Amino acid sequence: MESSWYPIAVFFAAVFTNNILLTNYLGMCSFLSVAKDLKASVGLGIAVTFVMATTTVLNWMVYNLILEPFGLEYLRFIVFIIVIAAFVQLVEMIIERVSEGLYAALGIFLPLITVNCAILGVSLFMVIRDYGLITSLFFGFGSGIGWFLAILSMAGILQKLKKARIPKGLEGAGITLIITGIMALAFMGFSGMLQIG
Amino acid sequence: MITTLLISVGLVTSISVFLALLMVIADATIANYGEVGISINEGSKELTVKGGQPLLKALNEQGIFIPSACGGRGSCGLCKVQVLQGGGQVLPTELPWLSEEEVQNNVRLSCQFKVKQDVEIKIPEELFLVKAFQTKVARIRDLTYDIKEVTLELIDPPEINTQAGQFIQFQVPEYELTDEEVYRAYSISSAPSDNKRVELEIRLVPNGICTTYVHKFLKEGDTVMINGPYGDFYLRDTEREIICVAGGSGMAPIKSILLDMVDNGISRKTRYFFGARTTKDIFLLDEMKELEEKLPDFTFIPALSDPQDDEQWSGETGLITDVIDRMVDNVQETEAYLCGSPGMIDACVKVLKNKGIPEELIYFDKFA
Repeated sequence: MESSWYPIAVFFAAVFTNNILLTNYLGMCSFLSVAKDLKASVGLGIAVTFVMATTTVLNWMVYNLILEPFGLEYLRFIVFIIVIAAFVQLVEMIIERVSEGLYAALGIFLPLITVNCAILGVSLFMVIRDYGLITSLFFGFGSGIGWFLAILSMAGILQKLKKARIPKGLEGAGITLIITGIMALAFMGFSGMLQIG
Repeated sequence: MITTLLISVGLVTSISVFLALLMVIADATIANYGEVGISINEGSKELTVKGGQPLLKALNEQGIFIPSACGGRGSCGLCKVQVLQGGGQVLPTELPWLSEEEVQNNVRLSCQFKVKQDVEIKIPEELFLVKAFQTKVARIRDLTYDIKEVTLELIDPPEINTQAGQFIQFQVPEYELTDEEVYRAYSISSAPSDNKRVELEIRLVPNGICTTYVHKFLKEGDTVMINGPYGDFYLRDTEREIICVAGGSGMAPIKSILLDMVDNGISRKTRYFFGARTTKDIFLLDEMKELEEKLPDFTFIPALSDPQDDEQWSGETGLITDVIDRMVDNVQETEAYLCGSPGMIDACVKVLKNKGIPEELIYFDKFA
């Protein structure tokens, strides 16, 4: 299995069969609150993709170069969280300084995803599944794209739903969760193609 | 065992310290915008503030208070300010609160817009008069079963300059229902001449953050922070006849206006329609009687929409809109002042317009 194609396989698995949002139900809070708006969903999706790809690589280095040599793997939860929080904060500061347009489009979403469980989840899966550096990069990037895909399709569906008559009790998060469930079922259809983890 | 413990503690600490250091450096370099200037209303006031912070906060620190109900989280949309220069791009977090016209006119939410360079802004003149006041609760009394009158004695600064009908913001500290300070707006019911204290009428709203605090927790002698005054609901200086309409704690600004008319010897013909459900919802009857004697041409017309059989009531009955419809005619040279719930106001505006009062002469203060 460990061929040079393996990272690519992991990438596609992370997008479709092991979609972090639809199979693990991680990153739901920002998903539920932002999916209402198509434009914001795109911004948030790109921001999540960027942060997932970069923090997975960072955390891979922290884990393999610092935690493992000292035999402190059990500290990964707290250390990963600190690294993600600090990194996201730094990126936000830099974006705010350098590009006003980029800040308006992406920057304001960064604080939202500092505490996003999907970001931490991806780093933890990377450890459990024992990925190498390159594979981790592909996994982080793929998971981000997968999350992006999920929120984008949800935003599209919710746009259509604006005209639909939804029972009062199901409006908002209720109908979104039901649709997410159906989408998860649909994505299960890909699962025969390839499997990871 | 001990070494593992020490290593793990040491490691987490050093990683945290390293990252914290990185943040401090970044804060001092990347996020340091130096001092920036804010020019207000074409230079009528110039401020120098630390760059990089939200405009709302920067102005607040300099003693200029922009009305805001959510405390800067971008969830109330009240803190709008026109940024003429140095504004840049509107952020997606502001867009839900701005109309197309406002975006065109460079209106921004001051809690979201960060000042990073010299800016020119425009705010209503009267905001310069807005100050924060430390007050002490001098008296709390029941007006009805669900409305309390709260009298706040001003301590620092000791005096407030208001126009009758304006409102202040009441700061609710952290308590059971809220884990941060919040502000809620209430009309002043005392007269502007009574400038060493403000009187508020606060109706209990189930689970309302501020109203619950006032009704269940606030005691005489407590310290309360307020800021104000705000609002353009005040008596216009004309010769027209006056129609006032209020319901519930909408009494407050109207009472202030009436007291102000006594103080200034205004003798315009005034009719005040007050809507209530039963006699239990009617209050300040004696004060209104007194005002009828003090003002040369003032009538207080309370009306019950749902009088109970066992009540002694000789006044008007019916919905307040029907009572107005019945009793008001000949509205030439008349202006109207309304305060109450949005539903009541919308209905009354309709009736008054039908009677022939032009829309621009109908002033109102809606509870939001």
